Amino acid sequence: MTSKSAAAIDRARAAGRSALIAYLPAGFPDAQATIDAAVAMAENGADLIEVGIPYSDPVMDGSVIQAATTQALASGFRVAQVFDIVAGITARTDAAVLVMTYWNPVMRLGVDEFARRLAEAGGAGLITPDLIPDEAAEWIEASDKYGLDRVFLVAPSSTPERLASTVAATRGFVYAVSIMGVTGARSAVSSSAEKLVADTHATGAERVCVGLGVSQADHVREIAAYADGVIVGTALVAALRDGGVPAAAKLTKDLSSGLYPADNEVDTQR
Amino acid sequence: MATPTASSAPTPAGDATPADAFLAGAPKGSLRHAPGPYFGAYGGRWMPESLIAALDELEDTFEKAKADPDFLAQIADLNRNYSGRPSLLTEAKRFSASAGGARIFLKREDLNHTGSHKINNVLGQALLAKRMGKTRVIAETGAGQHGVASATAAALLGLECVVYMGAEDCRRQALNVARMELLGATVIPVTNGSQTLKDAINDALRDWVANVDNTHYLLGTAAGAHPFPAMVRFFHEVIGEEAREQILAQTGRLPDAVCACIGGGSNAIGIFHGFLDDPSVQIFGFEAGGDGVETGRHAATITLGRPGVLHGARSYLMQDEDGQTVESHSISAGLDYPGVGPEHSYLADIGRVSYEPITDAEAMEAFRLLCRTEGIIPAIESSHALAGAMKVGQRLTAGKDDPSQVIIVVNLSGRGDKDVATAAEWFNLLDEDSAEAEIGKEGEQL
Ligand SMILES: Cc1ncc(COP(=O)(O)O)c(C=O)c1O
Repeated sequence: MTSKSAAAIDRARAAGRSALIAYLPAGFPDAQATIDAAVAMAENGADLIEVGIPYSDPVMDGSVIQAATTQALASGFRVAQVFDIVAGITARTDAAVLVMTYWNPVMRLGVDEFARRLAEAGGAGLITPDLIPDEAAEWIEASDKYGLDRVFLVAPSSTPERLASTVAATRGFVYAVSIMGVTGARSAVSSSAEKLVADTHATGAERVCVGLGVSQADHVREIAAYADGVIVGTALVAALRDGGVPAAAKLTKDLSSGLYPADNEVDTQR
Repeated sequence: MATPTASSAPTPAGDATPADAFLAGAPKGSLRHAPGPYFGAYGGRWMPESLIAALDELEDTFEKAKADPDFLAQIADLNRNYSGRPSLLTEAKRFSASAGGARIFLKREDLNHTGSHKINNVLGQALLAKRMGKTRVIAETGAGQHGVASATAAALLGLECVVYMGAEDCRRQALNVARMELLGATVIPVTNGSQTLKDAINDALRDWVANVDNTHYLLGTAAGAHPFPAMVRFFHEVIGEEAREQILAQTGRLPDAVCACIGGGSNAIGIFHGFLDDPSVQIFGFEAGGDGVETGRHAATITLGRPGVLHGARSYLMQDEDGQTVESHSISAGLDYPGVGPEHSYLADIGRVSYEPITDAEAMEAFRLLCRTEGIIPAIESSHALAGAMKVGQRLTAGKDDPSQVIIVVNLSGRGDKDVATAAEWFNLLDEDSAEAEIGKEGEQL
């Protein structure tokens, strides 16, 4: 089955670099702004866009993303808007567009219905921070039916058995969380990330991308040396919050300068 | 109603009843000791991968401990010599008139150390934390009961303790914050989301993800990801075991009904467990109906919610059309939670337990009655069970020549000292501008 996320990562790979995956919450500050910001990010070096659905109980998110999604909900964001946002982005860019969502909003709409509408909007698939493959039978069936990617997470605490089962259930890429913690900008990349990526590759994953705590071009450069993609969230959300679309575009451009590890000595300074 | 059948239920010797005879002949299908992770379509692990290893470690430690006579002896010793178990079963003879004349027996969890059933679970989990070599426990709390119990167990066993509590709840329950601090715990006010119990759980989970190497999350109710629902129930099963033995000893037979209040469902599952395989015993769980379920301001999760996932388990959930969690409302902070333990969702679906809402007003009337007729000030949480027992008693005695033939056991899950300000405000016992009136007013918004 073809995978839009895998294709986007492979295009970057063919250009001799890792892929940049940019996160932003849907409806922050409103739906049109989300589309505009995503398009600007794609035009400034993001290969994949990750649109987060604001949720009342985001246990994997730190304070910056929580504040943004809480604001989006307070301004009346509705889950169904995410399909319009995805369609709006895919109409204007070639970037693969994934939706990041906690599971209850998907269950509430109906897993099959959610998948059908996401595929119709041109979405690539879902990143599911609180859904593990063990509970994902319905989603695996629906994503097969509609040709969507299933991005599951692996963590430094994942056992070899769990790495294997997660890799087997994944389509698109495996999301390796760099640290034991929640989203949020950090000053250095955790040393556990490189080992996790190596272990995940060794388990058979073709594409492994690293997220959580990545906020600067130096981090991107360090991770791009060993991972197929680098995921940035909090730093972009803060830029969007403080400087709107131009600031998010500028940071994306800056981050993307770190994507070419081959020519540069990897900066290992912590 | 589904007819549960059983084989493994230990039946106290010499008390053959029709139910026991039925059970003795029944081949299998016990509802007791359900191991999880699933209870019918409910339960499971809807959790970030980062926490799965910790849940596996906890499950493994718990399973081994359960089979270890030393661990069971440790629990039994603490229950007896620290908590003060067995708790009494007290017949409420004067209160009975409010329940159609049915005989009402109170399982006195209010007499446990720290004043509620919560101590049963925290001692068990704190011992498991030590077995896992963890040096720190974290907990969530609404009004502060579970936070105080956790701080107590941590002090007893020499563990560091951090309690997450909604910022609003911290202000309303300043004395419980002080109690936790006196016991050596650190209380962290939660300012995210709706700043209530569910947000305190979210922050505790975020802490756990980041500190799972040295930290155990001491969840306070029979909800959450596997193994929490089955494990928390295990530590509370003692309530039902004692109650069953005590009612047999005092009346010579099983009760007609057992009643408990439902927050996340820990006190309820503890007492229900003793009677799940006794088909002659009707079982009732009473949810917080708040201002009335028709007003939308309530916490009647099973009555009005629909299945979803929150905090790691699939269960009934108060949610809107988008799957966003809806805020709950109850005069009782301990019942003010928009979710419920998965085993209750299952017991509701199969019809073994009936779940009904009790309004704030009904609960406060039962509160007042128990104070005046029995000299016992109940927790407002437990008052929901009392109000429910009044209704059940009236139903079961209707048309009976001798209503005292009807026997009802009520789990009195906690004492009401913590609720005096709220109750005094409710009953207008306070000077308008006293400090207590201020506290009570705020408590009323819980
Ligand atoms: C006295 C008392 N009863 C009942 C509850 C509700 O919790 P659960 O449903 O887990 O027993 C609480 C919670 O704080 C409580 O303090």
